[in-house]
Amino acid sequence: MARLKNIDSFLIVTICLLATQGLAASGGAEVESANIDPNNINSLQRGAANFMNYCSGCHSAKYVRYKTIGEDLGLSEEMLVDSLMFNAESTFDTIQVSMPSDDASQWYGTAPPDLSLMARAKGVDYIFTFLKGFYVDAESPTGVDNIALPGTSMPHVLWELQGYQSAHFESYEDSEGFVTTTFKGFKQITPGMIDSEDYDKFIRDIVNFLSYIAEPVRGFRVMLGKWVIIYLIFFLIIARMLKKQIWKDVK
Amino acid sequence: MARIEAEVDKSKDGLMKWINDRFPFTETMKYHATEYYASKNFNFWYVFGVLAFVILFIQLFTGIFLTMNYKPSASEAFASVEYIMRDVEWGWLIRYMHSTGASFFFIVVYLHMFRAMLYGSYKKPRELIWIIGMLIFLVLMAEAFAGYLLPWGQMSYWGAQVIISLFGAIPWVGDALVELIRGDYMISDITLNRFFALHVILLPLALIGLIFVHIVALHEVGSNNPDGIEIKDKKDADGIPLDGVAFHPYHTSKDLVAIIIFLIIFCCVVFFAPEMGGYFLEHANFEPANMSATPEHIVPVWYFTPFYAILRAVPDKLWGFIFFGLSVIVPLFLPWLDRSRVKSIRYRGWISKSALCAFVIAFLALGWLGTMPADPPYVMAARVFAVIYFAFFILMPYYTTIDKTKPVPERVLYHG
Repeated sequence: MARLKNIDSFLIVTICLLATQGLAASGGAEVESANIDPNNINSLQRGAANFMNYCSGCHSAKYVRYKTIGEDLGLSEEMLVDSLMFNAESTFDTIQVSMPSDDASQWYGTAPPDLSLMARAKGVDYIFTFLKGFYVDAESPTGVDNIALPGTSMPHVLWELQGYQSAHFESYEDSEGFVTTTFKGFKQITPGMIDSEDYDKFIRDIVNFLSYIAEPVRGFRVMLGKWVIIYLIFFLIIARMLKKQIWKDVK
Repeated sequence: MARIEAEVDKSKDGLMKWINDRFPFTETMKYHATEYYASKNFNFWYVFGVLAFVILFIQLFTGIFLTMNYKPSASEAFASVEYIMRDVEWGWLIRYMHSTGASFFFIVVYLHMFRAMLYGSYKKPRELIWIIGMLIFLVLMAEAFAGYLLPWGQMSYWGAQVIISLFGAIPWVGDALVELIRGDYMISDITLNRFFALHVILLPLALIGLIFVHIVALHEVGSNNPDGIEIKDKKDADGIPLDGVAFHPYHTSKDLVAIIIFLIIFCCVVFFAPEMGGYFLEHANFEPANMSATPEHIVPVWYFTPFYAILRAVPDKLWGFIFFGLSVIVPLFLPWLDRSRVKSIRYRGWISKSALCAFVIAFLALGWLGTMPADPPYVMAARVFAVIYFAFFILMPYYTTIDKTKPVPERVLYHG
């Protein structure tokens, strides 16, 4: 039995090692934790409104139906139509963008990506850092660059709220002449309509919503999973008793 | 025993007799289940064959339902997977079971193969079972590889691009072979279509056929056990092995417990961590395939990474491909590389034990290194572990001959 235990713990350690490897870091700056609460319906509702007001002009979420959002976030059909559905006919529609993607590519250099699965592809922390990470750069055609995605063609859509900030870099030249530039922090240049704490809350809601639309079924999946596990444990007890009964005469 | 005979009696008249006169139903059930005797001292390591069978069933079952909703075309594949995830009733569950099942298939098969290495199950008279098993493993790898292209995400596309282009390293025929596999000058709609055909028809058919032969061969010679003793050598007056118990109901009732424990772990992943931190479903695969943008670093799914690490450890493209291929097929020769007088690790000396231990460490380390970027320290480490990996096999005829073995008991050890 002692040996069996060793083997088991060895396996568990192996599986844990496999599981702990998270998202790969991206860009130069460190990624800040988005710290979202997927169970906070109010945050998700605010996020939905923010998304429709500020993001959906350029970004589609073409796999996401308004109806699903309404059901999951507790919004009635009128609320959906009045406050979220700006260019959709029916609640069964998905979130489409009015801007033709060919035009968009010409204007921005690349079409704004669909956001249905962005949270699963890039991770919520990355998007949070990205939305906070615009800084003034005179050389960029949009006037801004981003610390999380250098060279991004996205303009700072939320500038009215956040205001403008500059990035502070420090360069270090080693003995062989290689220059390493590290990001040291942001400095607010012009104030936004809301302070930085409220801005964090604002984009946290958006990120929370993006995380939700990336997998709308998640809440139900986890809830159902608990019952499945409880059922299986109950079944395990019975199977174990059956096994003992059948094996009792084996000497 | 009396109860089983009573059941057999039922087959002498009525419906069972009618069937048995036309098809060897009762006879087959006896041969493969109720009178197939396997050692009573099977331990933890002996459940993975049955578990692999359970996963095969899960994959076939969920695969059929996925096929009903999936569209194997470059323009529709990615969207159809999201359609399954969001709009098809219970589609998300079917899809997560299938994607989790793929990874668990490999976990279980690797543990199943490790069991054979622990207890010398590949040794005479079970060489053919081992060889068929290795063929199953190769087909499984092809099946998983073809299946991974189907969601048509970034990692599907670029992973396939990297692996298929490996065949280009083969002299003279390489480029033609790559074109033949892709059916095009790049990975395209055509590649996706043929991989779909392979994934849902040819390879599963081959898999089922080989598994059938694997089990027929096993039931011909009988199962090995943790002591590596032939239980058929000691029989009672009725010709039943003294240390054997019938597969049904004894081993089936034990396996049922194992299956439920397995399902608990499996469901924990399906319901609580279907991406498994990016190992079972890679993050980059949530972006549709884009042939003009390469992902930051391309990594095959975790179950291929030990071999992929060996490929990258070799500086030359052709030799890298050769060692990659060798690392996959070298276990095939185990029955002839292992010269030990005993089968089970229990009665082997410290050299064999240390060698197996080093092999397991090397395999896990290579698996981890294969997921890391190809930076110099990782590549150097992969070289060290690749040498250990191959040394385990190449030096085996030598160290298993000189290794001191312990006396093997007459009967299997069983403590009730």
